[in-house]
Amino acid sequence: MNGLGIMWLRQIKKYWRSRSRMIGSLGQPLLFLIALGFGFAPIYQKAGGGNYMQFLAPGVIAMSILFTAMFAGIEVIWDRQFGFLKETLVAPVSRTEIMLGRTLGGATVATLQGIVVFFLCLFFGFRPASIIHLFFAFIFMFLIATLFTALGTAVASQMEDMQAFPIIMNFLIMPLFFLSGALFPLEGLPTIIYYLTRLNPLSYGVDGLRGTLTGLTSFGLFSDLLILTTITLLITFIGAYSFSKIEI
Amino acid sequence: MKQNSSETLAISVKNLTKKFKEFVAVDNISFNVQQGEIFAFLGPNGAGKTTTIKMLTTLLHPTIGTLHVNNFDPIHQQEDARKSFGIVFQDPSLDDELTAYENMEFHAVLYHIPKKLRAERIQYLLNFVGLWDRKKDFVKTFSGGMKRRLEIARGLVHHPKILFLDEPTLGLDPQTRNHHWTYIKELNKNEKMTIFLTTHYMEEAQKIADKVAIIDHGKLLTQGSVKELLHNTQTKTLEEAFLKLTGNSIREEHSSAKERMRTANKIWGRK
Ligand SMILES: Nc1ncnc2c1ncn2[C@@H]1O[C@H](COP(=O)(O)OP(=O)(O)OP(=O)(O)O)[C@@H](O)[C@H]1O
Ligand SMILES: [Mg+2]
Repeated sequence: MNGLGIMWLRQIKKYWRSRSRMIGSLGQPLLFLIALGFGFAPIYQKAGGGNYMQFLAPGVIAMSILFTAMFAGIEVIWDRQFGFLKETLVAPVSRTEIMLGRTLGGATVATLQGIVVFFLCLFFGFRPASIIHLFFAFIFMFLIATLFTALGTAVASQMEDMQAFPIIMNFLIMPLFFLSGALFPLEGLPTIIYYLTRLNPLSYGVDGLRGTLTGLTSFGLFSDLLILTTITLLITFIGAYSFSKIEI
Repeated sequence: MKQNSSETLAISVKNLTKKFKEFVAVDNISFNVQQGEIFAFLGPNGAGKTTTIKMLTTLLHPTIGTLHVNNFDPIHQQEDARKSFGIVFQDPSLDDELTAYENMEFHAVLYHIPKKLRAERIQYLLNFVGLWDRKKDFVKTFSGGMKRRLEIARGLVHHPKILFLDEPTLGLDPQTRNHHWTYIKELNKNEKMTIFLTTHYMEEAQKIADKVAIIDHGKLLTQGSVKELLHNTQTKTLEEAFLKLTGNSIREEHSSAKERMRTANKIWGRK
């Protein structure tokens, strides 16, 4: 095992040990599935959209991945506050390796969380269109997870303490989620919203996930994959750079 | 002939300055530490000891000055420098949600200790600090002193050439402190490990250190062997010399609220 591996393992161990936290974080997707899934279903159906649960489920899966991943990235701030970050920063392992280990660990955890929510969706009547495509859905889940863990890390590396957390929550995570097409289709939108959704990397994640799970896509699976992969690499690069510049 | 060729220098610091915005925490200090030496870096609260250690250990960039640790420049040769030293931080740096053993193992992996050697050393060191029976317990269930002991054990896992100890015995009972210094001395003798330490226990520094440097308000006041220092200041103990040089007033002027919280937490062993 190397530095990357042990950083990864640490995330997994912590996730596994805090199963109660994991179950607690199912509350949010549950609420969305019940309140929106059942609440909007009649209107959506009337407007000719079809089965809203089918539409919503990939969005809710993406949401829980987004939140878990961003929180995993932001853990850098906790590690800084509790001092453990120092231990990893003076070790003879490149900061890139440490950052990648953290990110892959966070991404694995967020993907697992996404899979748990996927099963939750099944319980609420969601049905994937094809079993074969499920494999590609996992790839999209992992890409979304990696992208946002890296983004969380990049942001958290610039911060001293948790004070900025509400700002991150309200001005980054929430807009990313609401302007991603997780809840509503990306067609026929007002101009500003149109551009905002196109600039939002999560839109391609949601679209890709929805495409692989239900066959419904706005941008096409190939574009989704290409754009998402490119942005994920870019953000990971920025995150690694940002992490390498941390001073304590 | 110059005696101190750079080959035998474990640490060299030249005209080192660190500013936090306007505030000068370390003010143009220079000193050398010979290989195999036990070097005590002393000074009142807020003198700039930890800041200096952070610069030597690649955690902070100096504002001005040149540094060498084992002939590596901690600014431009970070990884080489990091391989060559170990550090026990002043503030806690354990992962509370891992067990004692996992914290040790984590460190051993980060420092590339071969698997076979890992288990052996971890067992030895955990026994040494009296925590072997608690190896499977989560660190969050430990007392302040136990955490401190674990951090010391962890800093020794990879047998570094230079060991930085920032107030290693803070919050430890006298038994453990004695035990601890004996072990440090042994490491220094047997492994030729250079020790760079800070402490506020002057008797301990006097007993263990080959060389002493005293810093106050970021400025280096004096350096040399304990003997020289006592001679120059006309005092009998290091504590007297220290007080004579640094005065009797309490250093509060610069300590922010955050700093005081940290100190309070340290004293009470909280996080
Ligand atoms: N990140 C920082 N930002 C601003 N000021 C800082 C920072 N870190 C340290 N200082 C200030 O620099 C000065 C030196 O701090 P340092 O931690 O080096 O002292 P020290 O000698 O280790 O003291 P102690 O014995 O209390 O540990 C203090 O006045 C402290 O408030
Ligand atoms: Mg200090």
